[in-house]
Amino acid sequence: MRKLLLALLLLGAPALGVAAGAEGVALMKARVDPGDTASLQRGAKLFVNYCAGCHSAEYMRFNRVAQDLGLPEDLVEQYLIFTDAKIGDTMQTAMNPQDGERWFGVAPPDLTLTARRRGADWLYTYLNSFYRDESKAVGVNNLVFPDVGMPHVLWELQGMPQPVYSDNGSDGLQVVGVRVPEGAGAMTEQEYQAATRDLTNFMAYMAEPVKAERQALGIKVLLFLSVFLLLTWLLKREYWKDVH
Amino acid sequence: MTTKSDRQVTRNLAAEGAASNRLLAWIDERFPLTELWEGHVSKYYAPKNFNFWYFFGSLAMLVLVIQIVSGIFLTMNYKPAGDLAFGSVEYIMRDVEWGWLIRYIHSTGASAFFVVVYLHMFRALLYGSYRTPRELIWIFGMLIYLVLMAEAFMGYLLPWGQMSYWGAQVIINLFGAIPFVGEELALWIRGDYNVSEVTLNRFFALHVIALPLVLVFLVIAHIMALHQVGSNNPDGIDIKQQKSEDGIPLDGIPFHPYYTVKDLVGVAVFLIVFSAVVFFIPDFFGMFLEAPNFEPANPLKTPDHIAPVWYFTPFYAILRAVPSMAGSAFPGVAAMGLAIIVLFLLPWLDRGRVRSIRYRGLGYKIALMLFALNFVVLGYLGLQQPTTAKTMLARVCTVYYFAYFVFLWAYTYFGWEKTKPVPERVTK
Repeated sequence: MRKLLLALLLLGAPALGVAAGAEGVALMKARVDPGDTASLQRGAKLFVNYCAGCHSAEYMRFNRVAQDLGLPEDLVEQYLIFTDAKIGDTMQTAMNPQDGERWFGVAPPDLTLTARRRGADWLYTYLNSFYRDESKAVGVNNLVFPDVGMPHVLWELQGMPQPVYSDNGSDGLQVVGVRVPEGAGAMTEQEYQAATRDLTNFMAYMAEPVKAERQALGIKVLLFLSVFLLLTWLLKREYWKDVH
Repeated sequence: MTTKSDRQVTRNLAAEGAASNRLLAWIDERFPLTELWEGHVSKYYAPKNFNFWYFFGSLAMLVLVIQIVSGIFLTMNYKPAGDLAFGSVEYIMRDVEWGWLIRYIHSTGASAFFVVVYLHMFRALLYGSYRTPRELIWIFGMLIYLVLMAEAFMGYLLPWGQMSYWGAQVIINLFGAIPFVGEELALWIRGDYNVSEVTLNRFFALHVIALPLVLVFLVIAHIMALHQVGSNNPDGIDIKQQKSEDGIPLDGIPFHPYYTVKDLVGVAVFLIVFSAVVFFIPDFFGMFLEAPNFEPANPLKTPDHIAPVWYFTPFYAILRAVPSMAGSAFPGVAAMGLAIIVLFLLPWLDRGRVRSIRYRGLGYKIALMLFALNFVVLGYLGLQQPTTAKTMLARVCTVYYFAYFVFLWAYTYFGWEKTKPVPERVTK
C-alpha cells in the first residue's frame, strides 16, 4: 500500500536530483529501517561508545532514546550515559569544542541531523570508505569526504583499510576503492558492514525520531480520508441528480 | 400514523425553528447576515459546467486556512533569534506534542499553496478568465500571487538553516543590482550589512502578521470582484445573458449546496495527496525541505549550490539566463521583474474575440501549451547547477516566455486568430 502510494507520487514528481558522493563515488545502500528496534539498539551502543566522545547530539534526549528503542531508563543510564547527564538531558559530548578545534583543526560537528543533511546512504558509505593515508595529519583519508579531519575511530573493528588505486594515465594514481587486509580487525567484513548499518540506522532515527510513528499514523489518516472521499462523492452524486 | 410523542417532537422542532428564525431576524436587523449568505453562497449562481480546473480556487482558500492555523501553533514555540531559531524548530519537531505534524503541515502547505495557485492561474489562461469584465479579479489574483511569494520567501528564512540564510542573502542582494538606489534598498530590507538576526526578526514580523493580513484582505477583494461580475466557465460564455423569467441564469446553479458538496469531493482528494506527502515524504525528495537546511545557518560558510525552493525557480532561471552587462546583474533582475509584471498586463494584451480555449484558434492552443511546458522547463533549469547547455536552454526558454505575450498581442490585435463559433448555452 505504502509502496504503491509512493510509486504513484513518484510518477507525478519531476526529475529528481540524486546526491552523489564527492568525485562521483557510487554510494552504498544503507537500507535503514526505523522499525528494526534491535538494530537501533546496537546502533545506539556503537554511537555512545565510538562517536559521542567527540560529537554531541544536542537535540536528542536520552529518555526519548529509551522510550523509542524500548529500553528501560535505568539500563540507558547504566550503558548509554557516560557523562554526568541526567536521563532527560540531550546527548552532549564531554569534549570541549575548543579542544576539538585544536586537535582536529575543526570542532567535531553535532551529529543529530547529519543523516538528514547528508543522507543515510552517504553516511553508511562514509563509514565504509576510510583508508590509510600517511600524508594526512590523522593518518587516514575518506573516499566520500576528501581530506577528512576525523580519524578512523572504528579501525579496531574494521582493521585499517588500504587504498585501491587505478592508473588514470596522465592524471596519475587515483584512489578508487578501499580493501581491508584479511583478519586485520576484530570483525569480519560482513560483521563490520552490519555494524555500520546499525550505526547509520540509529543516526537516521536520531535525525527524525518520529519517522516510524509518522508513517504508522499516515496509513490510518489515508484510510480515514478514503472513507471521507467516498462519503463526499456519494453526497455530491445525490445533490447533483437534479442538475441537467 | 403519528403517535402522541411524534407530534410532541414536531411541535418542539417548530418552536425551535421559530426561535432560531427570531434570532436570525434580530441579527439581520443589525448585520446583513442573510444578505451576505444569499449573495455569496446560497443565491450566488455559478455556471453548472465547472470542470476539474475549477477546484483550485476553493482549495487555495483551504490551504490559506491550513497555513494560518498551523502557523499560529508554530509561533507558540518558535524563537526568532539567531542563536535559538534553528534549535527551536528541532524542539518543535521533537519535544512539542504533535509539533512534528504541525511543522510538516506548514512546510508542505507552503508548496501546496503554490501548486494550487499555479493550477488556478493556468485555468484562467485556459478559459480566458482574466478577460473583460474580470480584469480586476485577475489583478487582485496577481497581487495575491506576489504577496504569496514574499510570504513564502520570508517564511523560508525562519528555520535559520544554511539554505534559509544563503537563499535570503542571494535574493536580497538581487535588489542591490538595481542602479543608483539598489545598495541602499538592499540595506534597508536587511536592516544590516549581511543577513543577520535583525533580518530574521523583521522577516518574522512580516511573515506572521503583516503579509498574512494583506493576503486575507486581497482574497476578500478577489472574491468580491468575482461575485460582482459572476464566474467564468469552461465555455467562456456569459450565463447572465440567458435568464429565466424570475431572473435566474438558465445555466446557473446556486453555489450552495451544489458547489459546496462538489468542492468537498475536491477537498477530500486534495487532503489525501497532501497527507501522503506530510506522512510519507515530508521533505519531498529535498524539494520541500532541502538537505542543507538541516545544518544551522553559518555566515562564514557558503553552500556549494544555492537554489531557491521550486516555486521560485522559473523566475530564478530567467534571472540567470540573462547575461550581465557592464558588470551589472541588473538586466537579469529586470527580466525577472518583467516576467512577473507582464502577467499583470494579460487582460489588455489578449484581444481575442472569444475567451475559452475551446473556441480559440490553433495558434493560441499551441502557444499556450508551449508556454506551460516552457514554464515547467524553466522551473527545472532553475533547480540545476548551470552548465553551458543548460544556460543556452534557459535563454531559449526565457525568450519564449516573453515571445508568448508578444505573439498573443499580435495574434489577437491584427485579427489573425480564426475562432470557432461560441454556443449560446454552456455545453457538457
